[in-house]
Amino acid sequence: MTTETLAAWSLVGVYSAAAVYLGAFVLFLLDLAKRSSTAPAPAQAEVAATAGTTAVLIEAPPAPPTASTRPGRNARIGFALTALGWAVHVLAIVLRGVAAERVPWANMFEFALTGTGIIVGVFLFANLWKDLRFLGTFVTGLAVLLLVLATRNLYVDVIPLPPALDSAWLVIHVLVAILGTGFFALGAGLSITQLLQQRREAGRLARVSFLTRVPGSTTLETLAYRVNVIGFVLWTFTLMFGAIWAERAWGRYWGWDTKEVWTFVIWVVFAGYIHARATRGWRGTPSAVLAIIGFAAVLFNFTVVNVFFTGLHAYSGL
Amino acid sequence: MASFRPSDHIDSEPAPAELPKLGAVGFARFLWRQLTSMRTALVLLLLLALAAVPGSLVPQRSSDPNGVLQYQARDPEGFRILDSLGIFSTFSSPWFSAIYLLLFISLIGCVIPRSKHHFDALRARPPKTPARLSRLVGYTSVENPVDAETAVVTARKVLKGQGYRVERYGDSVSAERGYLRETGNLVFHTALIGVLAGVAIGGGFGYNGQRLLIEGEPFANVLADYDSFYPGPWVDSDTALEPFGLRLDAFDSAYEFDQNAGTWHPTDFEATMGVRERGGEWRAESLKVNSPLEVGGTQVYLLANGYAPVVTVRDPDGEVVFQQAVPFLATDGNLTSGGVIKVPDGLSDQVGMRGFFYPDAIALDSGALTSFSPNITENAVLTLLVYRGDLGLADGSGANVYSLDTENMEEIAGREDALALRIGDTVDLPDGMGTISLDGVANYVGLDIHHDPAQAWVLGFALTAVGGLLTSLFIPRRRMWIKVLPDGRIEYAGLARGEDPGLAAAVADLARAHTDALRAPRTTNIG
Repeated sequence: MTTETLAAWSLVGVYSAAAVYLGAFVLFLLDLAKRSSTAPAPAQAEVAATAGTTAVLIEAPPAPPTASTRPGRNARIGFALTALGWAVHVLAIVLRGVAAERVPWANMFEFALTGTGIIVGVFLFANLWKDLRFLGTFVTGLAVLLLVLATRNLYVDVIPLPPALDSAWLVIHVLVAILGTGFFALGAGLSITQLLQQRREAGRLARVSFLTRVPGSTTLETLAYRVNVIGFVLWTFTLMFGAIWAERAWGRYWGWDTKEVWTFVIWVVFAGYIHARATRGWRGTPSAVLAIIGFAAVLFNFTVVNVFFTGLHAYSGL
Repeated sequence: MASFRPSDHIDSEPAPAELPKLGAVGFARFLWRQLTSMRTALVLLLLLALAAVPGSLVPQRSSDPNGVLQYQARDPEGFRILDSLGIFSTFSSPWFSAIYLLLFISLIGCVIPRSKHHFDALRARPPKTPARLSRLVGYTSVENPVDAETAVVTARKVLKGQGYRVERYGDSVSAERGYLRETGNLVFHTALIGVLAGVAIGGGFGYNGQRLLIEGEPFANVLADYDSFYPGPWVDSDTALEPFGLRLDAFDSAYEFDQNAGTWHPTDFEATMGVRERGGEWRAESLKVNSPLEVGGTQVYLLANGYAPVVTVRDPDGEVVFQQAVPFLATDGNLTSGGVIKVPDGLSDQVGMRGFFYPDAIALDSGALTSFSPNITENAVLTLLVYRGDLGLADGSGANVYSLDTENMEEIAGREDALALRIGDTVDLPDGMGTISLDGVANYVGLDIHHDPAQAWVLGFALTAVGGLLTSLFIPRRRMWIKVLPDGRIEYAGLARGEDPGLAAAVADLARAHTDALRAPRTTNIG
């Protein structure tokens, strides 16, 4: 098959994946609605919810599965659909890579394509560790949005790699950046849920009753922290590998190029987040807000900085 | 607990509200404590992130000097205000520097007492078992199937087997592990200081310079041979430059044609460079975009390339008055290039020419030329607008070799009657001033030459920091206690120091491992 045919099939895959994700999104929404309609039972026991003074914040012990906490049919089918969509998505990514005869993340379209795939992948695999299906709406919604925006606004044909990108660091630096983005996305979803949950626990937002079926805010905060810390480590590597590559390609390891500025800003925001988690009075809402600002900066860095700011990272291909 | 931490660290006991004592020392102490508190560090971190943002919104002198000039031309008033705030050099501005210097002072003030305390803790015994374990994490209580002494001895064994440092207090065992977490944390923060120091030293003693080098032209690494040169403040330009020579022997470029878009995409640039170090012979080395040339402790980077038409100008008698390869700068992806030829002497008047070079020229319907590809073909054309008069070399206004100030010049060949030459052509200059020939076209490369004596140190410290970070984030530091009670029960509990989401599970595992060991049929008497 020629490059064009493979790229066209890849695009078919992208549209199919987006359609399947959309179906999953609807089911996850129905699931949340259902969670709201069943009788609100107290959320899982929060052990240490009062541990403000003793530093012992631990997650609740896994609650025994009861009828009320087990995800319903919609969530299970939604999750299965997400997995199916992801399989198609991965196939589309692979086809794009085969068509281009290189890694499929050399321009903005491909970065968005692969990045969305990683976000969904992180979500799917994180569910092997903890039941995070209540985030399904957030993740599949984000995936559909990003895939549609990417194919509509960022699509470029397969073109050969410009000499500036022709480096092993393209594989490493960008892949690590995408992985970090995936973890930050999941972390942001958890932090947003945590903020909502906190409001509900404080007696506001009583009507958003689907929250009674998701973990308590302290558990959510701990989960978000664990996910974001992995994102932070990956981002640290992104920054370092980027610096090493910049030294090879541009002759300096750090030059405050606009993209470098934002990568630095994101790193510092998440460093602040980690410190906030260890500072009295900054746990809970302030640290969650920092994590969300951090992920917003990641999205800003990928979209606005790439397209509207001048700099050396001019790889959008647009 | 953990008194070495800043008083507002979540692991510290809340400090009693303390008012600064009167007097300079008391006040200094108060300030120091404020500066080294977690809250200050956090606020400084967030300020640092915020302060970096303007540096991405407006062009920076360091990375985009032309952008700064354009900004000034576009909005002089706004430029004046922003410039007085230092926004165009954000990252060396006093306010940005103040933030990161305060942050690092705060960091040092935090790291030193913690290091001292950690050093002591490394040699200290695990702390006494608390009186009541039931308040701690993962508290578990089971029946003791054996006698107290066996239970305690087994507890020691099990905890040691899990990598804990253990200490027996009566009928209880106190254990602690994960000292590496704090070590990693301290290493990370200390290595960041190293990174900052390395950056400062590299910036102070390093230099970078640019040189446009035409095929065959020699370059010696001395100040006079640079087109532009940016030394760090502590660089002695006489001694800092390593002695070596460079020469561009050949330049190869590869392009691929994109059928759909009708454009050419570069796929490879390779310069074959001659390199000579002091006392050595010329040797050939390859220089590519992502693979710089290392000469001693200096790196040479390939940043640009283009064409330099080789022209000869003769006076009406046929005497050569100018013969040179003149570098033209690319104006589009097909290497349509613009440049300026200045002939100050030898003709009846000073002559300046504004030229366009089309490596693979085709005529558009409008009659204008464009280049179909970036490759030199037999269709290559050089077009020239010709001016006579004052080049402005005397007053310096004509010093820039890439621009022509025609204010004091008269156009003698304009758009309608521009000169056009193919390779090998000779045409007459207007007004019978002489002739000009296009003898050939040479390649040139734009080189960036860098020397940063601290670069390897920065990398080393950065790697150390990452190692410390991984250790400090993923190794749990925890205390565990196993207490054998006189009433025939055994209690288990743990205490997290820092983030430790797996603690409750770890206590449960410990209790299981211990009771399993107690119930296991013993072949030897471990008592």
